Amino acid sequence: MAAADALAFHEFEEATNLLAETPDAATTSQSDALTSREHVTVVVGSGIGYGAEVVEEEGDRASLLQEEKPQPRFWTFDYYQSFFDVDTSQVLDRIKGSLLPHPGHNFVRYHLRNRPDLYGPFWICATLAFVLAVTGNLTLVLAQRRDPSIHYSPQFHKVTIAGITIYCYAWLVPLALWGFLRWRQGTREHMGLYTFLETVCVYGYSLFVFIPTVVLWLIPVEWLQWLFGALALALSAAGLVFTLWPVVREDTRLVAAALLSTVVLLHALLALGCKLYFFQPLPLEHVIPAPQATLLSPSVLLPTSARSMTTF
Amino acid sequence: MAEAEESPGEQEAGMPRPLFSGLSDISISQDIPVEGEITIPMRARARELDHSTLNESVRHTIMRDLKAVGKKFMHVLYPRKSNALLRDWDLWGPLILCVTLALMLQKSSVDGEKDGGPQFAEVFVVVWFGAVTITLNSKLLGGNISFFQSLCVLGYCILPLTVAMLICRLVLLAGQGPINFMIRLFVVVVMFAWSVIASTAFLADSQPPNRKALAVYPVFLFYFVISWMILTFTP
Repeated sequence: MAAADALAFHEFEEATNLLAETPDAATTSQSDALTSREHVTVVVGSGIGYGAEVVEEEGDRASLLQEEKPQPRFWTFDYYQSFFDVDTSQVLDRIKGSLLPHPGHNFVRYHLRNRPDLYGPFWICATLAFVLAVTGNLTLVLAQRRDPSIHYSPQFHKVTIAGITIYCYAWLVPLALWGFLRWRQGTREHMGLYTFLETVCVYGYSLFVFIPTVVLWLIPVEWLQWLFGALALALSAAGLVFTLWPVVREDTRLVAAALLSTVVLLHALLALGCKLYFFQPLPLEHVIPAPQATLLSPSVLLPTSARSMTTF
Repeated sequence: MAEAEESPGEQEAGMPRPLFSGLSDISISQDIPVEGEITIPMRARARELDHSTLNESVRHTIMRDLKAVGKKFMHVLYPRKSNALLRDWDLWGPLILCVTLALMLQKSSVDGEKDGGPQFAEVFVVVWFGAVTITLNSKLLGGNISFFQSLCVLGYCILPLTVAMLICRLVLLAGQGPINFMIRLFVVVVMFAWSVIASTAFLADSQPPNRKALAVYPVFLFYFVISWMILTFTP
């Protein structure tokens, strides 16, 4: 038969040499360099003091598994299937990580482990859009209970508006952020970078905290609603800032501060816009049906508007 | 032909011969014709080979399809772990159910332009695009169910919600009020649970075990949205 020598196991010298040279580097970055996609170039020794051992253990296994498969092309089904390669426990773990942002645990490193998924962002956005529309409608129902002059309608168009707003925010803002960071990376070599999908993942999972908040906005107490909104915004924006900080702090302070404040501002605008549009306390266009109603005295206003509503 | 059979039989008992050595001894004499016909007994595929479905009456054809649809309705109403919905999928049932639901749900023309219930096209789009999205999601998660089988199951499991819509419309004829609303809420919640249970009975087996919840949650969301559209319907 063939020479037994050639079939003996040979050490992979290249990998051991590389590991000996750079003992601090997480092995995930090595395997990612083999793929055609851009990935994080880990700065050795600077930002990975926390959780490095855990990342390396998982990274060893993950890198071995990743090196075997050839990279599928983007027009095949398998390419998109690689973004849904998550288990239930992993998705739940990522959601928990977004709910409790920790300054030491970078969301991308610690929870995503450089394996972003599209399941979370897509279905969290869908859930948030539908929950917004449903609870906005329910608010109208509850308001009508207390004040029968308000005209109730199913308002199905709000589903469309909610969906478009949430999806545009969760996909276009990460695109802009990623583009901006790439542009900045061109001028400086030391900055790490997240891929587009990782940015989308961070934004998508950060929107999860709004889902229980929106449900809690059913409570008609005004200051409680603002309190819940502020709390949710703080948690969500904190998660975003803690994730972006290691990438951005290499840059000048002005750019870093401007970028982070823009991110927080956009998030606040989204929360505020949702609160004001879907949870209006009184839909004014239904309370005053006809121009001549304003000329009547206030005591007559309520019965006449109620009567004109019923004949609608 | 006859010569090939003799040489393997001539082995001596003691000496082992290498395999297939006898093949070199085969020779075909020139006067034996080597042409002929090969017939393979085919499985009886009476449905495809039998062309008489063209000649049957129209009533017979329609009744056959209607019976298939009706049989699947029964499977949905009494969900057991059976393969009938998956094996012979068809999209007639989902189409009938979706059109019925959309016709009943569309807003009347008296309502204003902006506010109001969904239009016919909106209900149609929500149902079909929702079903396609859920199917794509379950396939991307690694399920081994085909695209149209999944559409078929999701469409057929709208049947309890269509029944709920019919009951709601009948109840609404009696006038609106809180008791009216409680009855409608109860009916819609029961039918929603029935739909989700029926569809997961068919779909959950096709997913890998550690991703079942990921595949079932969008189904839950889909039927929740349809239930909300039914519950908020005002004539």
